[in-house]
Amino acid sequence: MKRSSSRPDWGYFIKEGLTGIKMHGLMSFAAVTVIAACLLIIAIFGLVAYNIGVLIDGLASQNEIAVFVDENLSREEAQALQQSLESVPNVESVTFVPKEEAFDIYLEMLGEDAYIMEDLREDNPLRDEYRIVMKDVALHDETVEALKEVVGIAAANSEKEISDKLMQMQRIVNAVSYTLVALLGAVSIFIISNTVRLAMFARREEISIMKMVGATDGFIRIPFIVEGMTLGLMAGLVAFFAQWGVYDYITEKLVESSGIFSTVAFSEIWSMLLPIMLASGIVIGILGSVLTIRKFLRV
Amino acid sequence: MIELQDVYQVYNEGGTHALNGISLKIDDGEFVFVVGPSGSGKSTIIKLLSAELRPTQGRVHVNGFEIENIPHKDIPYLRRTIGVVYQDFRLIDNKTVYENVAFVMRAVGAPQRIIKKRVPYVLELVGLKNKSRRFPHQLSGGEQQRVAIARALVNNPDVIIADEPTGNLDPARSVELMTLLEKINGLGTTVLVVTHERELVNQLEKRVVAIERGVVISDRTGGYYLDEEK
Repeated sequence: MKRSSSRPDWGYFIKEGLTGIKMHGLMSFAAVTVIAACLLIIAIFGLVAYNIGVLIDGLASQNEIAVFVDENLSREEAQALQQSLESVPNVESVTFVPKEEAFDIYLEMLGEDAYIMEDLREDNPLRDEYRIVMKDVALHDETVEALKEVVGIAAANSEKEISDKLMQMQRIVNAVSYTLVALLGAVSIFIISNTVRLAMFARREEISIMKMVGATDGFIRIPFIVEGMTLGLMAGLVAFFAQWGVYDYITEKLVESSGIFSTVAFSEIWSMLLPIMLASGIVIGILGSVLTIRKFLRV
Repeated sequence: MIELQDVYQVYNEGGTHALNGISLKIDDGEFVFVVGPSGSGKSTIIKLLSAELRPTQGRVHVNGFEIENIPHKDIPYLRRTIGVVYQDFRLIDNKTVYENVAFVMRAVGAPQRIIKKRVPYVLELVGLKNKSRRFPHQLSGGEQQRVAIARALVNNPDVIIADEPTGNLDPARSVELMTLLEKINGLGTTVLVVTHERELVNQLEKRVVAIERGVVISDRTGGYYLDEEK
């Protein structure tokens, strides 16, 4: 009694879906543009968060602490501190860096601008310092405290503070990113849903006839899902290339202007970014079309 | 086979009783007219047979499906056993005659190879083989209705239901259409025609079921029209 339908004709579904996109060329173009813009904004924040994460990881893996010797101590007295420092728990190694050497390192870091400081060589404002490597990074705070206790040590410095600030920043960027994903994701889904609604409205007569002759709901839906999915996919692709341009431009400007920031090159992340962008586009497309179709097909 | 047993249909708005305990049985291969004034429940019967509605009470059996408790997912398979022809043809304007017919075969998952054989055959049956590349607006009303019949027929249904099929046609075209439906009936398909046209009904010696206020008031073979007895 039940007549089974034969296997699905994907050529037909894809052709019908693409016909829908062509039929509303301008609307489809507008949808793709707006969704690509949404994806681009989300991706920019995502990559900022990603870069901060990479920076933090880099800093966290540095288990080096610099401690500075009280400038009232003589060179001999300063060098004599070596033993006391080595006896502090969790200390792996201790290296003495005289202030002349520290000054050279500083000048090197300044690069072209070093000449500004050159005059100060005679009146070196830096202190002698020790570079201390920890055994266990987890005991960072305790170790810093213990090092400060050593008589003759004026201050201890580590990348910990920068790392903490970055983590705070990362939390904010993450929060903004998640909010944007929710907000712009909803906007994108709404746009797809409206575009597909238009397509379904244009073909309502066809749909009602298909229903009357016994087309299954799935058969009627698939072309519209294909349509939404294709729009999302196109938006994902556009967003990826736009992101490429924007990212390269921003990182170039950043590195150029500050010289301090190191950023991850696009060539290292594109293979991760492309599938994420395309998948987001596809998911948005499917969700948007399914939402509309569910409302439309109840007969 | 179509069978209605003591069927009631009450529409929610104002509790309108469209059907009031109607019973009707149509065997395979029959040609039946259903006649009655507007509001008598004719359209409701068509909606019940295609499961657009479920009966408020009673049993409706169509080609082995029980409409009163048919699962939603089975409705498409029920509808494949029925071909419906509408008064306003309901053709798709931007598809050719061939495409209008072919697309309903595709809609039920028929392979292209079968579609290519079947569509020309059905178009020939309704006498439109030469016009398969025309668009609906290039055809006369009678021709458009024959496209609609070809479309209803193409998936090889057990029953053809025609809802006021001659409503938009002149008398000569109406007779042609009835002749075509008789021919289709001759090939073994059950035909159910819902109509007002007394001339037509009286011309053809067929079973006529008269309905008024949601019940059958007369069911007999031979020329009959409601108004004549009044």
